[in-house]
Amino acid sequence: MIDPRLSVIDERLGRIKKIIAVASGKGGVGKSLIASTLALILSEKGFRAGLMDLDFTNPSTHLILGAESAYPLEDKGVVPPKIRGVSYASISFFTGGKPSPLRGEDVTNAFIEILALTRWGGLDYLVIDTPPGMGDALLDLLRLIRRVGFLVVSTPSRLSLETIKKLIEILRGVQARVIGVVENMASGEMRSIRREVEELGETYLGSISFDPEVEEAIGKPDKLLRTRFAEDLRRVTDKLV
Amino acid sequence: MHEWALAEAVVSAASKIAGERGLGKITLVKIRVGELQQIDLEVFKFALSQIAEKILPEASFEISVEKAEFRCRVCGRTWRFSGEELDPEVREAIHVVPEVAHAFLRCPRCGSPDFEVVRGRGVWIESIAGEKLG
Repeated sequence: MIDPRLSVIDERLGRIKKIIAVASGKGGVGKSLIASTLALILSEKGFRAGLMDLDFTNPSTHLILGAESAYPLEDKGVVPPKIRGVSYASISFFTGGKPSPLRGEDVTNAFIEILALTRWGGLDYLVIDTPPGMGDALLDLLRLIRRVGFLVVSTPSRLSLETIKKLIEILRGVQARVIGVVENMASGEMRSIRREVEELGETYLGSISFDPEVEEAIGKPDKLLRTRFAEDLRRVTDKLV
Repeated sequence: MHEWALAEAVVSAASKIAGERGLGKITLVKIRVGELQQIDLEVFKFALSQIAEKILPEASFEISVEKAEFRCRVCGRTWRFSGEELDPEVREAIHVVPEVAHAFLRCPRCGSPDFEVVRGRGVWIESIAGEKLG
C-alpha cells in the first residue's frame, strides 16, 4: 500500500523560494508571536509571505492574527486565505476552537494531509510556527521539507539556552540549516546568550526586548506591527532577507 | 473540492512508480479510499480521468471504499464512523483533515478523545498493473 500524498508535497511547495521554521524546543519563549509577526513584516516589506501553524494540538497564530473566523477556499485543494497580506494555513480552520488531542501518528497524518492539499502558489517566504518539543512535528518537518531553515528562539534563561543547544545539535546532526538564534524577552544587556551562541558557531541575529504592550496587540495585526516588539523583530528580519 | 488534490497525488505517485518499475504504460490502478475521508467518488473519478488523460492515458482506476472504525485506547470500545449524524460543518472539517475527528468525536462508552482510527482513513494505492517497456 502506497500513500500517494507524499508524492505531491514537493510540488505543492515548489514555488516557495524560502521556508523558515521558527523553533525553540521549549514552550513559552514566543515562537508563535515571532512567527506571526515575522510573516507580517515580510509582507509589509513587499514579499509574498505565508504562515503555516504546525502546532496542531495547541495552535495560537490564528489568535495572534485575529483570524479566528478565517477559512480557506476549496478549489482543487485548499487555497489559504490572506490575513493582512499573509497567506495563512492552520488546523484551527477545521477544529473550530475545540481542543484536538493528537498522538504522534495523527500529527504526522494531519501534517501530510495539509501539505498535500494546500495550494500556496508562488511565495517568497513561508514561515512555519512549530510546536514546543523535539517530537513528531519537528521530525516530520525535517523528513518532509528537507530544505527548511531554522530560526531558533531562546529567552535569556539558562533553561531555554540549554534546550536550544540540544535542538541545534539535532539539526546539525541531520544537516539541517540553522539560520540563526533570536533572543526574545530580553531585559537589559544579556551578553551570555550572544556569547554562547557564537561559541556554538551559530549566528546571533539579535535580541527582542520584553514588551508588555504586545499582549494588548494580540488579535490586532496592525497594532502588533506598531509595537516595540515588532520594531526589534524588523531589525532581525533585515538580517534574514 | 479537495478530491482534485488527492487525485493529483494518486496520478503523480502512480506515474513515479511506473518509472521506478520500468513500466511503459499503466493499465490499472487500484485505490482504497477510507470512509473517514468522505470523498465524493464521482468527483474523484472525474478528477482522476481528467488528470490522468495526458500522463497515464491507458490507465483505468478501480476504487474501493473501506468503512471507518475507531477503537478507544482507554476502554477498548470499538465503534463505526457515522458521518450522517454529524453537523455539516464538522463533516466538512473531517473531510479535509480527518484527524480533526479527535476534536469532535468521543468514545461512546467512556467519553475519551484518545482513540485510534483502526481502518478507513486516507487514500491508498493498493496495486498498479502495467506493461514493461520494450
